[in-house]
Amino acid sequence: MNPVASRGQINDSIHSWVKPNSRVLDLGCGDGTLLAQLQKDLHIRGYGLEIDPDSINQCVAKGVNVVEQDLNKGMANFADDSFDTVIMTQALQAMRFPHLVLDEMLRIGTQCVITFPNFGHWKARAYLTLRGRMPVTKQLTYQWYDTPNIHFFTYRDFEALCRERNIKVLRKQFVGEHFLDRQLKNLWPNLFAETAVYHLSK
Amino acid sequence: MTSGISATSVGVVTAEKILIDRPLTLACGVVLPSHELMVETYGTLNADKSNALLICHALSGSHHAAGVYGDNEKPGWWDSYIGPGKAMDTNRFFIVSLNNIGSCFGSTGPTTINPESGKPWGAEFPVLRARDWVESQRLLMEHLGIQCWAAVIGGSLGGMQAMRWALEHPDKLANSIVIASSMKLTAQNIAFNELARRAIQSDPDFCDGNYLENNTAPRRGLALARMIGHVTYLSDELMGQKFGRELRSGTFTQGEAAPIEFQIESYLNYQGEKFSGDFDANAYILITKMLDYFDLSREYQNDPVQAFGHANCDFLVVAFSSDWRFSPQRSREITDALIAAGKNVSFAEIDSDQGHDAFLLPNPRYEEVLGNYLSRVADKLEGTA
Repeated sequence: MNPVASRGQINDSIHSWVKPNSRVLDLGCGDGTLLAQLQKDLHIRGYGLEIDPDSINQCVAKGVNVVEQDLNKGMANFADDSFDTVIMTQALQAMRFPHLVLDEMLRIGTQCVITFPNFGHWKARAYLTLRGRMPVTKQLTYQWYDTPNIHFFTYRDFEALCRERNIKVLRKQFVGEHFLDRQLKNLWPNLFAETAVYHLSK
Repeated sequence: MTSGISATSVGVVTAEKILIDRPLTLACGVVLPSHELMVETYGTLNADKSNALLICHALSGSHHAAGVYGDNEKPGWWDSYIGPGKAMDTNRFFIVSLNNIGSCFGSTGPTTINPESGKPWGAEFPVLRARDWVESQRLLMEHLGIQCWAAVIGGSLGGMQAMRWALEHPDKLANSIVIASSMKLTAQNIAFNELARRAIQSDPDFCDGNYLENNTAPRRGLALARMIGHVTYLSDELMGQKFGRELRSGTFTQGEAAPIEFQIESYLNYQGEKFSGDFDANAYILITKMLDYFDLSREYQNDPVQAFGHANCDFLVVAFSSDWRFSPQRSREITDALIAAGKNVSFAEIDSDQGHDAFLLPNPRYEEVLGNYLSRVADKLEGTA
């Protein structure tokens, strides 16, 4: 498994879905790497929301707009449709109420891009089935008691939620690094996609 | 550099009195035909004069922001952040710090002579707005031959000036750094300022503001004003940690009649007493009113988004968690308006128990955010970013 390469695949998708010169809000933007790339390649006007002080410092050092804000406390400060794209990468599973965050993202943005770890991946299933313990993988490195990832869900769970809330799936992409994953991720995504990337609209 | 001064200090500095020999039309309509400004500078202006930072002081600040006047002297009020290798790096920036008009550290104000009457201005000094300070700073900028500030920086009332600069002279600054500030004061804030003014005006030595002519000064009133202000600049938490219920003198032992003084009482009295000898009562009234009147978007249909729509510069907004006088929420409002207006802005809420005063005090995270931001500004100027 090569997390850097899979991040590259994910970023390629995001790059092709975000429009040049558009307004982008990145929720949980980390050290600002994605926004810096989008700024450089697509000349977007980007803002990241983040709560980790070190990440905020790194964003500032990179020249990425970063706003200290706790997503779990809501995003009422952003007006409806005030962004072209709202992005959230690998953070939905760490939100207190993912479904409400999703609603907020679609209220603020015309379109959304979401990536999340697919808990239905065979490695996670095998870990739980064979060891009888909550999976600890290279992608999900935490123990059950200290993990920030408080909601585990599969890509099917996510699609069911989208149907329930009338969210349109414009595009989706499945990412996996293992040889098996690469061969089979589009055939049986729930089993072979390690990460799911979704492009959504209202 | 004088011995005993650290390598990260700008060292011994001297202030210069600069005559701005051009008329300054104030917001109230009064024209000052000329005025004088006390100015300190740190660092070296580069060949194309593009590396200048303007420091905007708050209510009680002066031009003495960094360095010392001599051995064993107190360093300037923002010394923690200005110096070689510090957040405002004097190896890279030329830093301009002035005492604004209406204040009392040597620039034209209530304690200087009104040329028309030959007497100190006193209470007759014209009412000021933050924009008047900005306009005076712009005249100083011309005097120094600077076309565009790399950044205008200020905390509290200083942040208000940094924002006003961005709206009034959008092409004359590249960055506006707004620290522990607000787009307008809350009713509670105005209330505290009125308490302070009333304390001064109630002192019999105030003489309706004409105390200088009577060779006196409302020191008790000014001390009380400062004590009220000081309480609001600290957090409950910090006061508890620093002073708690410790006694300075006396005892609670039964049978003892000696008067009791808590440490906090002693501290506040000392701060008030010290301030009343350093500051001018009329200037305090004038500048607290300037704070009260400030409303960033008043002439932009009370719409901060429309107001910031006039800005061209990038912004850094910083707030401190325990600041209840200029709470982080006020800074969030600034940030939200800037984002809605499509401006580049970053916002950090620094964890601190130091209250409003935190913007003046050492804090590693604050230093890093400010340092990283300004380092990037310098990189751009030097062509490395």
